[in-house]
Amino acid sequence: MKIKRVSYFEANARARIAALVDEGSFAEFCPPELRHTSPHLARLDAPVAFDDGVVVGRATVAGQPVLLAAQEGKFNGGAVGEVHGAKIRGLLERAVQDKPAAVLLLVDSGGVRLHEANAGLIAISEIMRAVLAAQAAGIPVLALVGGSCGAFGGMGIVTRLCDEVLMSEEGRLGLSGPEVIETVKGVGEFDSRDRSLVWRVTGGKLRRALGEATALVDDDVASFRAGVEACLARPAPGRDAIDDLDVLLAAQDKLQRRRATLADARDGLDVWRSTGFPDPQAVPMLTAESFNQQLAVVQAEVRS
Amino acid sequence: MSDVAVFDRLFGAGGHTVEISGHLVRGGAQVAGRPVAVIGTWNAAAVDGDLALAVSAAVLQVVAEDAKAGATPRPIVFIADTQGQELSRREELLGLNGCFAHVARCVDLARRRGHPTLTLIHGEAVSGGFLAFGLVADRVCALPGAQVRVMDLRAMSRVTKIPLERLQGLAKDSPVFAPGADNYWRMGAVDELWPDTDEGWDERLAAALAAVASAPEGDRRAAIGAERGGRTLAEAVAAAVRDA
Amino acid sequence: MERFEIKLPAVAAGVAGRTALCGVVSSGNLEVLVELGDDPASCTVEVNTSAHGFRDIWEAVLTDFAARHPAGGLRIAINDAGATPAVVSLRLDQAFETCRSKEQ
Repeated sequence: MKIKRVSYFEANARARIAALVDEGSFAEFCPPELRHTSPHLARLDAPVAFDDGVVVGRATVAGQPVLLAAQEGKFNGGAVGEVHGAKIRGLLERAVQDKPAAVLLLVDSGGVRLHEANAGLIAISEIMRAVLAAQAAGIPVLALVGGSCGAFGGMGIVTRLCDEVLMSEEGRLGLSGPEVIETVKGVGEFDSRDRSLVWRVTGGKLRRALGEATALVDDDVASFRAGVEACLARPAPGRDAIDDLDVLLAAQDKLQRRRATLADARDGLDVWRSTGFPDPQAVPMLTAESFNQQLAVVQAEVRS
Repeated sequence: MSDVAVFDRLFGAGGHTVEISGHLVRGGAQVAGRPVAVIGTWNAAAVDGDLALAVSAAVLQVVAEDAKAGATPRPIVFIADTQGQELSRREELLGLNGCFAHVARCVDLARRRGHPTLTLIHGEAVSGGFLAFGLVADRVCALPGAQVRVMDLRAMSRVTKIPLERLQGLAKDSPVFAPGADNYWRMGAVDELWPDTDEGWDERLAAALAAVASAPEGDRRAAIGAERGGRTLAEAVAAAVRDA
Repeated sequence: MERFEIKLPAVAAGVAGRTALCGVVSSGNLEVLVELGDDPASCTVEVNTSAHGFRDIWEAVLTDFAARHPAGGLRIAINDAGATPAVVSLRLDQAFETCRSKEQ
């Protein structure tokens, strides 16, 4: 029987959840019929969504209880406003009580919702604190990045706070969007219409090669699910594993050395070359499986 | 006010070793007779990876020194003066978002190791640069003249396609997107707005650090925002999700 | 945004469904929330739309929907960002089917 591939990129938030979790296991918190909509959007006479663009709830994955939040990238660019942000923060705070096997953040967002600017910025900083608090309580927080908005702005920072970052090549992870950089610094600095370039700078394979993403999967909800199951099957890291002073000193050192090693890098090709990929030009065309195989080889060579 | 004058007002002339090199602030001081570390950004810094990692290195050094000496964890006074993140293709490639996350994690480590953390906003505090460390501290005070915002209203108008005049009009009575430290106070993210006087900064600083020491644990900003009327939904919605 | 409510006579389904949501509020699209209402002989639809002046078209599309499905006893709420009548019809059908597929 041929199983139909469900593109994670194309699916909306609810479809991603449905395909990711054990069938029938999802229960939504603050469902749309409660109408927690944004008064700020209404005041600006902009359309609202009954769930304010993020679906939160609990479910099981491979039988293990999880809490999850899925941002709807097609609503206002998945951007974070007061209500939207509060739903995510509440979910992370709930995790400290419920103690699920993990919190899954299906990130698909450009960051702060400008229509609610200050509320959005503060909400994201509250989400950051809540991720850190959940981790301090021993709960892994996993980020899934594979939607059309990617993970940018403050949600790009939240994503990198997570224990694991699962990306497809279609996903993008960064801080400032290419359009903003082009507008301020000019097309020579970053041609935002050069899609290949945008993906070489912020896409899944680049992030995986740098270690910013911890797994590269196919643009297929089943691949994301398999990646999540693999994370859940690993023993939860001791809290010290991520927060310890020595771990952070090592992370500091790694980040500093990366900047020195890649001092002249301006393109993913430079990163793949530096990492040791035999044919950097061919990397964008590799399947996730081939990429992961090659990456494993170059990493083994580094270790030996 | 000259650079030196700010730190003299906070810590007493001759009573501190705070230095500015480029856009980085570093040093030590005494507040109410106890040593504090001072770390931050200066002069509307556009925070790039090097500056972010300099801030995080400074935080880790404070934590490591006090741990090694078995000393009482020093308070860390963060100075936030930033125009936001550096806009650069290279910084994006190298993962500036990851550097900011690392800074935030280091500040959180300091807090959990018992270091009281306090942010003083000087000049501007904008967007990503402010998120990385300023908004992660236990308490935030805005020095006189401090500006806090997500984005220039003009740029916001371009991106949202809402006319500038409309945004300016709405900004008049909505704290939600009008720039301003007072709005952030109303929304619960800024704890103190220091009055525009030259006197008493050292006392205010001592009181702010004492408030950090006696504050209950946890992030109370949404509840405070509800009390002050600036954010009426955030705490209620989060509570609804927690209790659902 | 334009907001109005339309009450349609409708045939009751005779079975209970459950709340359902279909669609996304993006340009040219809409979300449809279907809930159980009070009156088995009618279907009430609340429309919030960014496209002004099309109430008569909404009446026609919704009347057609109520004629195609036993929508009695349902309450529908819509957030619309400029969808065409064809997309509106499709989304209504999807929401109705989802509601029915969750029935006891």
